[in-house]
Amino acid sequence: MGSGILTATIFVPLLGAAFVMIQRDERAVWNSAFIFSLVPLALSFYLFAAFNPHSADYQFVEQYQWIPQFGISYHLGVDGISLLLVLLTTILITLSLLYSGGGDISERPREFCFFMLVLETGLLGTLLSIDVFLFYVFWEVMLIPMYFLIGIWGHGRKVYAAIKFVLFTMVGSLLMLAAIIYLVLQAQHHFGRLSFDLPLLYQVPLTQTQGEWLFAAFALAFAIKVPIFPLHTWLPDAHTEAPTAGSVILAGVMLKMGTYGFLRFAIPLFPAVALEAVPVFLALAIVGIIYGALVAMVQPDLKRLVAYSSVSHLGFVILGIFALDPAGVEGAIYQMLNHGISTGALFLLVGMLYMRRHTREISEFGGLWKSVPIYAGVFMVVMLSSVGLPGLNGFVGEFLILLGTYLHSWLAAVFAVTGVILGALYLLWTYERVMFGPITHAVNETIADLSGREIAVMVPLIALMLFMGLYPKPLIDRMAPSVEKMLVPIRVAELQRDQQHHSSALARLFDLDNQSSLSRGLLRGRAGEGVPEASSGVREVLNDRVLDERAGERLAIQKMAAK
Amino acid sequence: MTVEFGALGLILLFPLIGVLFNLFLGARLGRRWVNIVGPGVIFIAFALGIWAFAKILSMPAGSELHYKLWDWIEGGSFHVEFGLRIDALSAVMVLIVTGIGAFIHLYSDGYMAHDADYARFFTYMNLFALAMLILVLADNLLMMFVGWEGVGLCSYLLIAFWYSNPEFAYNGRKAFIANRVGDAGFILGMLTIIAVLGHGGVWSLDFGTIHRHLGLFTTTTATVACLLLFLGATGKSAQIPLYVWLPDAMVGPTPVSALIHAATMVTAGVYMVARLNFLYMLAPSAMMVVATIGAVTALFAGTIAIVQSDIKKVLAYSTISQLGYMFLGVGSGAFAAGIFHVMTHAFFKGLLFLCAGSVIHGLGGEQDMTRMGGLRKVMPITFWTMLIATIAISAIPPFSGFFSKDMILAGAYGSGHFGLWIIGVITAGITGFYMFRLLFLTFFGESRVDPERLHHAHESPPVMTIPLIVLAIAAAIGGWVGLPDGFLWGDLFSRFLAPTVGTFTPTVATPGVLLSVIALAISIVGIIIAWVLYIWMPGLPYLIAWRAKALYTLLLQKYYIDQFYNLIVTRPLFFVSNWILHRGVDRFAIDGTVNGTGIALETSGAIARRSETGNIQHYAFIYLLGVIGIVAYYLFLVMR
Repeated sequence: MGSGILTATIFVPLLGAAFVMIQRDERAVWNSAFIFSLVPLALSFYLFAAFNPHSADYQFVEQYQWIPQFGISYHLGVDGISLLLVLLTTILITLSLLYSGGGDISERPREFCFFMLVLETGLLGTLLSIDVFLFYVFWEVMLIPMYFLIGIWGHGRKVYAAIKFVLFTMVGSLLMLAAIIYLVLQAQHHFGRLSFDLPLLYQVPLTQTQGEWLFAAFALAFAIKVPIFPLHTWLPDAHTEAPTAGSVILAGVMLKMGTYGFLRFAIPLFPAVALEAVPVFLALAIVGIIYGALVAMVQPDLKRLVAYSSVSHLGFVILGIFALDPAGVEGAIYQMLNHGISTGALFLLVGMLYMRRHTREISEFGGLWKSVPIYAGVFMVVMLSSVGLPGLNGFVGEFLILLGTYLHSWLAAVFAVTGVILGALYLLWTYERVMFGPITHAVNETIADLSGREIAVMVPLIALMLFMGLYPKPLIDRMAPSVEKMLVPIRVAELQRDQQHHSSALARLFDLDNQSSLSRGLLRGRAGEGVPEASSGVREVLNDRVLDERAGERLAIQKMAAK
Repeated sequence: MTVEFGALGLILLFPLIGVLFNLFLGARLGRRWVNIVGPGVIFIAFALGIWAFAKILSMPAGSELHYKLWDWIEGGSFHVEFGLRIDALSAVMVLIVTGIGAFIHLYSDGYMAHDADYARFFTYMNLFALAMLILVLADNLLMMFVGWEGVGLCSYLLIAFWYSNPEFAYNGRKAFIANRVGDAGFILGMLTIIAVLGHGGVWSLDFGTIHRHLGLFTTTTATVACLLLFLGATGKSAQIPLYVWLPDAMVGPTPVSALIHAATMVTAGVYMVARLNFLYMLAPSAMMVVATIGAVTALFAGTIAIVQSDIKKVLAYSTISQLGYMFLGVGSGAFAAGIFHVMTHAFFKGLLFLCAGSVIHGLGGEQDMTRMGGLRKVMPITFWTMLIATIAISAIPPFSGFFSKDMILAGAYGSGHFGLWIIGVITAGITGFYMFRLLFLTFFGESRVDPERLHHAHESPPVMTIPLIVLAIAAAIGGWVGLPDGFLWGDLFSRFLAPTVGTFTPTVATPGVLLSVIALAISIVGIIIAWVLYIWMPGLPYLIAWRAKALYTLLLQKYYIDQFYNLIVTRPLFFVSNWILHRGVDRFAIDGTVNGTGIALETSGAIARRSETGNIQHYAFIYLLGVIGIVAYYLFLVMR
């Protein structure tokens, strides 16, 4: 089924990058970059529309031999986990280009557009690769343009920030590379051939120790990218010094590569180890949520504040992922999108303010509502989305994450819910200091309200906030089968763990050749095919087991007896 | 009987149209249009509400109207939709919200006549009506939460409406944060319910589904869920310990205080408890907590109201106190009584605020009662309507407050909470005292008004006085739908609500009329004391305040609760965030470690410095080469 649509999505921006380099006129540079970014945008909308929401498999698959000696193939595909992130990427790149052409980037626009488009290729390639080698290549490709974006078009200590960003990421990447190679060698050991193909690598049997080391390497790489406390300190620097578009993409998309990595690699490759690591990650996530919020609260610089709020929000995402419950993981993916949209919008808004006043110090503002009411109104909506007001996008993700977490550990949910309070605290306080009160600096009286272009940038984001808050169904429907599929190995690992600890009736049930058929049922249940009853049976057994093991066993026995 | 009823969507649609109209066109089309559309959409919603109410009346008892808008959140097995429902309980609430809301919107036409930001005002007001209607029409707990936080947002926006004043902005935020603390509890309560139901294979938050699967709850889980949800109610409905935001909320425009902070939004907590009455009935200890918090708050806030001199602050503490009564009612199991008081309170307290607004408006912004007095002649309509409201809240028959308060106190007594009943009765006396104090200080005696202001003092225009008169009629006779059983048509109200919230059955024999007489007597004593102190011997209050200075200061400073919260929550939070987390952990510990490593590397790297060209492209290129080299090395190694 190599329709080539994924290839087109990934490489049209690269083509565009080449094209903008031969443009002379500055206007033409911006226009052509924008138009080239519209192509992957349209393609990803097409992907969204044509995506089969009942399938958990990769779709629009393309596979060609690339370096057959090493088992490296050009293998692309999109599933429910990556689909929405692809859409997020193309949307944010397009809007960033549209915004940056409005005066935010005045130096070397040609190179700027070049790097933005190369970055898009890197991001999309990372999301769409199924071959691990290919994934790694794109993973590194996205790093370089971002390095230049920060280093050239940044502010303040931009070189320090850029190098810090690259060093942090590189440490993790190299560890991951080593782990990938080790894993591939193991695959060769077991299957007799070299292969970087991810679905095959999922099957590699590993000893406990091997699994632990490999998981640690992958997890560290992704944890830096997310970033998980205490590996986050590169983020405020990079975000603050980056140009606005850089911050938008960095926060909106690149951080998601870390969380995406957990979902695609670290957890499904090493489910048993991931399961053991749950308490650690839940704890770090909670610390991140609270810590990020509290530190954000005391930042005097608007952009730093938004940067720290990312630490808090990404804590929620990690929490949802490591709840390892369908609701939690779906919520986490949803929250990745939310964070991309809301934080992206916040960075854009801060950038607009910076363009007008050349400062981001909160104390430089105050009473802006009077001079820029449209800006203030837009800021209000974006802030509320970030706060997680029901009816807007943030709430849906937060609620599902909290639900998944609660089902896993109510105590973790109790801690995490404080993030809901703190999020409101620092954002409302910031808003109050910037927008409310009297105008204290005369220069603020005359700043201009949003331009037509700026409104055009913000309107799609606000529309998405409303749409995703009110009607999340089309998005969640598409991710659900893939999420459930991703969680199957976790469930199996859980059962195996329990089996080891005590040979319960439940575990015995699964010894009777039920395991595979039940897993299939689990997969298909949502699509209404296959054996939904078996599916819900397993669901209940599994969820029950979390709450009350014995009741779960009883239920399982009843269900099985009924068949 | 459950019927699909598409017009339920329309009830939401019209306020939504109002929001969009005022937001995008209001300022452009001008005041005339806004003044028509702003209140107009709410009047239409009111008419639709009456239609739905009539339909409920025409159907057999216990009927419900449903309308599903669309599927909302699905996650894992959990599923919840945007669904609307009207049953007896929500029908009453819809009428309160749209009916009183419509007249307060109309009143706002006059009140905001001199404000340049009228379009924004009506945008918020319509948005509030929309959120409040979502809250009361919601068919499930999560959708109720949409309205719940939505009204909180509007409250925030409207408190901070005159945003140029930093204090107003601060008060708005304070309200939002206090509510968020409660809402965190609300969220955990919902999660508890989902987990308990999901444990039994039911993944829903529909009220009907929860009701059908009550068997899945144990006393413990029900208690936990109820208490967490009640934490949300203490925020929204301003009860101990989260009440602190409501008095400060009074800085918003007075129609806002009337609609949001007296008549509707703050009663959402009571509505929620009544809505989930079946769950609360499973958790007697949670009910006990609700009733106790209610009674204690009623007394506590009432005592503060005695000494306040800002007319709106008195009414604010009075609202907290009356809300306490409502929780005393629902906490005693007398759910219908609680909702009855929600209704009568909406009449008389809404009216009191509108009257206060009329006074403030007439005096050009004066809110201090020590600078009022003798306004009876200047503002006759305001005076007479406020008199009716004051009598109603002081629970003097046959005015509305008497019947609802009587029903609540009977409930408290009948459920065996004798101590709480006594608190309720004492509070009734205090209520009579501070309300007539307010009336006397404002309308009687010598004028203490600033001569300049008195010169301009005037009765409000008809657009403001008509709502006053309408609400005055409601405050006077609105209680007659809930007469004591056996008297004329009896308690229509409770009978109407019974299919939804059940019937209260006393566990303790009540001495009937005697209870009412005692409470009434205490109320009258309160009024007489007010008359003695503020009409007969107007110097006496100063003497008492001077003699009992410690007590007076304690009340005047509102028991120092704000200062206390500031000391134990706000300041430590900022101190820890700034000095320990930000400067200590983030900058010093983590970054210090990282940069320390960097410096160490840099020093050792000084030898290799010659290879550094300083050119970024070179670094990147060498790096890529290195990566490829490593990969190639491993791969070729493997090929062997």
